[in-house]
Formats: sequence, structure tokens, C-alpha cells
Amino acid sequence: MSTVERPRAAEQGDNAPGRATGVLRRLARDPIVVSGVAALVLWGVAALVSPAFASWSQIVTLLVLASFLGVIAIGQTLVVIAGGEGIDLSVGATATLAAIVASRHMDGSNEGFVGAVALALGAAAVVGALNATGILVFRVPPLVMTLGMISVVYGFIRLYTGGRPAGSAAPALRSLVGGDTVAGIPGVLWLWLGLSVLVIWLLRRTSYGWRLYAVGGNPTTAYLSGVNPRLVKASAYVLSSLFAGVGGLLLLGYTQTVFLRLADPYMLPSVAATVVGGTALIGGIGGYLGTIIGAILLTVLDSFLRVLQVGGGGDAPRQIIYGLVLLVVLSAYGRQKRLRQ
Amino acid sequence: MSAPAPTAAPPPATRRVSRALLATRMPSAATAALLVVAVTASALMQHNFFTPYGLTSNFATILPVATIAVAQTIVVLAGGIDLSIGTIVTLSSVVAVQLMDGDPGRVPLALAAGLATGAACGLLNGLVVAVLRLQPIVATFASSYVFGGLALLVLPTPGGTVPAEITGGYRQVIALLLPVPAVLLLVLWLAWRLLRAHRIGQYLYAVGGNAGASYASAVPVARVRVFSYTAGGTVAALAGIALLANSGSGDPFIGNELTLGSIAALVIGGTRLSGGAGGAGGAILGAIVLTLIQNLVFFAGVPTNARELVNGAIIIVAIALAGLLTARGGTSDGGRGRS
Repeated sequence: MSTVERPRAAEQGDNAPGRATGVLRRLARDPIVVSGVAALVLWGVAALVSPAFASWSQIVTLLVLASFLGVIAIGQTLVVIAGGEGIDLSVGATATLAAIVASRHMDGSNEGFVGAVALALGAAAVVGALNATGILVFRVPPLVMTLGMISVVYGFIRLYTGGRPAGSAAPALRSLVGGDTVAGIPGVLWLWLGLSVLVIWLLRRTSYGWRLYAVGGNPTTAYLSGVNPRLVKASAYVLSSLFAGVGGLLLLGYTQTVFLRLADPYMLPSVAATVVGGTALIGGIGGYLGTIIGAILLTVLDSFLRVLQVGGGGDAPRQIIYGLVLLVVLSAYGRQKRLRQ
Repeated sequence: MSAPAPTAAPPPATRRVSRALLATRMPSAATAALLVVAVTASALMQHNFFTPYGLTSNFATILPVATIAVAQTIVVLAGGIDLSIGTIVTLSSVVAVQLMDGDPGRVPLALAAGLATGAACGLLNGLVVAVLRLQPIVATFASSYVFGGLALLVLPTPGGTVPAEITGGYRQVIALLLPVPAVLLLVLWLAWRLLRAHRIGQYLYAVGGNAGASYASAVPVARVRVFSYTAGGTVAALAGIALLANSGSGDPFIGNELTLGSIAALVIGGTRLSGGAGGAGGAILGAIVLTLIQNLVFFAGVPTNARELVNGAIIIVAIALAGLLTARGGTSDGGRGRS
């Protein structure tokens, strides 16, 4: 599409208005810009309807809520970029698993904090390794493998907890998410910022990142260029489960106690945040910056609809509007190519 | 008229019929093996498996699952996927149960409304995917919120009654050993064979196999996609009605968990998730295997807390097995769809 547009834009380069519309048109097609503008507009409307929305504390709360989705969606972004119909639907279950394992071993005290975190992330990594094995060795389609993994993980959680999850978050974890630490901003946001910088650096500036894009774009050429596509994809699935585990731990710090379907509501929104942020499900295109914006957009939308209490505060109208807005945002740019081209 | 088949003259009717019958084979050796294992194990563990009662209760559970799997198959064959199919099942079942309200006289109206709801949901999905050209996974995920929310609006809490004529009829046995749900399953399969033989059935395979080539061959790709989602939605509504007949009352969450099962069933049945190869017969067998496995885990005396884990592990192993054995078929599998 862009190869066709470019010469026309160059012809119009002589007169300033033409160039300006060209820039505008490109901006209007940039998923990150569109999602960012949509998030700002939504937030603005929300602030007009309910002034409390514009307060600093409310903004921080919104960002904290977005950070859980954002961290869980890191791995989703990596898996989707790695291509091959890559998708990880087990992130919600994996996050819940990590939270449940950690809360049992923390049991409300700071002793054994490191051990509990290590064990929780280890459990998450095992899920990722199982996903990778099923997808790469047994050639199960990723959608099906990770779907099936959901019931395996929840089955394991049920066996592990006996149906009643025990324990609670360590105070250290609680203060990371809830307490004010640096410059009035909760530690969890600094952590999210750190992870974001790390992931964006990983994707843009390291050979691993380039391999990931190469495999997602065309596994055959990547293979011929000396990249091992299976290894790269396997690492993406393990990383996805690890970041889901981190997200689950943060969620544990927020809710303080665990329940059986803790992170379930993050499963498909993590895919939605990734796609809304401009990472294409065909693989090889996108990045984590867009996912951050996507996570914030979805969180603002959800909170706004809760504040509005459309239709007397029931769950149903909120769900309907959430779905419709998602469709509208997606149709702004998340569209596939026309056949006639 | 403009059928893509390059053959010179249409073969005589008798040969066409015999060829259609021959094309009706097991989707893959793996599905057949899984089916044999599941049925044998069920017969050994459920001592009343081959009695009219055992068959009826098994088929009563299988029919809704198999119907959703068929609905998903129609969508997947044409190269799409419908993550909202579970909520379509829910929405059409709550619309139907609200309208019938225990009154046998209003059943025809309620069934028609339920089917129309399913078709409308499918049409919406189809338009969003084919005309707006959104990626099917995210688009149908978004619409699942819409349908799920609408279902909650129609029926906020579980309730509503289905006339006893329907629930009773659903559990009837014809001719000693033939339960009504099994007959309905057979009807569903025959309807699929009809669709499969029709030009539109061929178009489904063509579009799912290679949309670009289909477009170049004057196949109305967008219309076929819209059709596949609409047909899928309508069949999903049938599944919703089967669930109503089985449970006897409405529930605003009744079908939401069934989306995943529908995808698992069609993969076990040998349908390719990227479209263009497979069929509804396989999906029905896959659904039978899935349901029997769940019953087996129950009857094998696995402790309650371990049941979900064992169940999930068996399903993954079954899918991996089906995938491994199908992959060995390689290229012949790709051509199967186009007969």
C-alpha cells in the first residue's frame, strides 16, 4: 500500500499543503497515533463527564490498572511478532498460576520472597516450554495448543490448591504495587517503564529482536540467513509465559489475595491490546510501544464505561459498548489488504 | 455456470452420487483411531453404554457440542474463525427461551426467533470480517462482548422454562436403539453433505484454500465469507436450541465456554485451522471423541480435583496425535478439500 502512495506524495512535495496532508494521512494510518488519540479523546470525554477522571490520583490508578494488562501483553506481542499464526491464549491462566504459587509461598510475609517469586516464574516458564513443545515439535496450531493449555493449567491449579487457594501477597509486593515510592508514582509503574524500555531495546537494538522480526516476516528466508526459526519461536513462547507470570505477580500485589480465575479477564484483552497497538497477527510487524498504548486505551475505555454506569450500572450495556468501541478502533486501521491489488 | 471445476462435461448423475458417497470417508486415520479407542473404553467402563438409556444420555450431551463444532467448521473452512460462537449460542438460546416461556403454542415463533438471532449475529460477524476486513480473531473477540452483553440484557439471571414437550421429545428413543439426538445429528450431517455438494459448499473450500486464486477465478470471495459466518451463526443457534432442550431452562452464560471446545473438536476431526481442508463430518466425530473423553475421566474414578487436569491433558494429547498423523499425509491432505 505504502509503495503505491509514496510517489504520489513526492509529486505533491512542491506545495506545502500537499505535504501536510500527506503527513496527516500517514499519521492517520499509524496505529500508535490512532490508538493514542483515541485513548486521549476517551479520557477527555471521561474527564468532562466525571471531573474526578482528570485528577492526578485517578490517572495514576488508571496507569496502574493498565500496567497489569501491559506487562501480560509483552509476551503476547513477542509471540505475535514471531509469526506462524503465533498467539498465546494461555497468558491469563499462566498469570493466575504464578499468582497462586507465589501467594502460597509468600503467605503474607517477606521471608522467602525471592524463593516464592522464583518458584512462580519457574512454574510459568514450564507452561511456556510445554506450549513451545506442542507447537514446534508436535505441530499443534498455536491457537489450539494454548487454548488447550488453559484447561491444563487451571486443572493443575485445582489439583495444587484443592479448590481453595491459600496465602496472600508479601508486604514487599504490596508496597511495590500500592505504596508511593518514587516521585509520587507507584513502583509498579517504574517497573513497567523499565520492562518497556528493556523490551523495546530488545526488539529494536539486539540481534534477538531482529531475528524475531525475521522469523515472523518469513521463516524460510530467516532460516536461509542462518537463524534457527524453531529456537526463536520457542524462546518467544517461554518469554510470553514468563512475562505473564510477572503480570500475575503484580496482580497479586494489587488484589493481595488470590482466587481461581484471577487473571482470566486478561486473556483476550492482551491480544486486543497487541492488535490495537498495530502488531499484525500475521507476524513480523509491530512493536511494544503500540501495545503499551493499546493497553492504556483498553483500560481507559473499561474504566470510563464503569464510571458512566450506562443502563443503571448493569454489566450488560458496558460489555456491549466495550465490544462496539473495540470494533470501531480496529476498523480505523486494523484492516487486512484488499484482494484486488 | 462459472464453477471452478475444469472438467469438460458433467458426469452422469449415478456416477456423481457414487463419487459423493466415496468422498465420505473418515477425515483422517487419527480421528478414526481416537473414535475407536474412545468408544471401546466407554463401552468397557460404562456398563450401560449400549443400552437405550446410555445412548440417549450420551447423544443428548454430544449433540450441542457437535452442532457448535459444525458451525465453527463452516467458518473455519472458508478461512475465518469465530471466537464469538459460544456467545451466539447463548444469545439465541436466551432469546428462544424468553419467547417460548413454557408455552408449547409459542415454540415455533421462539425457534424461528432464535435461529434469526443466530443468523443476524453471524451476518454481523461476516460483514465486519469480509467488508470491513478486520482480522477474524480480534473482530469476533470484540463481537463476543456485544453478543454476551445482549444475552445478559435479554435474560439477566438463569431462568425461563422450556415446554415439557421439547425436553421430553429430546430424550425419546425411536426404534429401540435410536435416540432422537442421534437422529438430529444424522440430519445435521446430511444437511452438511447437501451444502458440500452445492456450489457454495465448493466455494467455501476454494476461498479457505486460496482467497486470491478464488477471487481471480470469479468466486465472490466477500459474499462467500459473509455466507460462511451467517451459516455458522445459524447452526450455532441450532446448538443453542439443543442446549435448551437438554437442560430445560435458560442461562445467560450457557454457551460461552463452548467456543474452545468447538475449535478443539474440529482440529481433532482433521479440519485445517487455516481453512480449505476438512469437513463437518470430522468435526462431529471430534465432538463425539471429546465428549466421550470427558465422560471417561468421570467414570474412571479420577479424583474431583484432578479431573480438569487429566481432561485437559488428554485433549492436548489427542490433538497432538491427530496433528502428527495428519501431517504425515502431507500434500494429499491439502487436495482433499477440492475433490
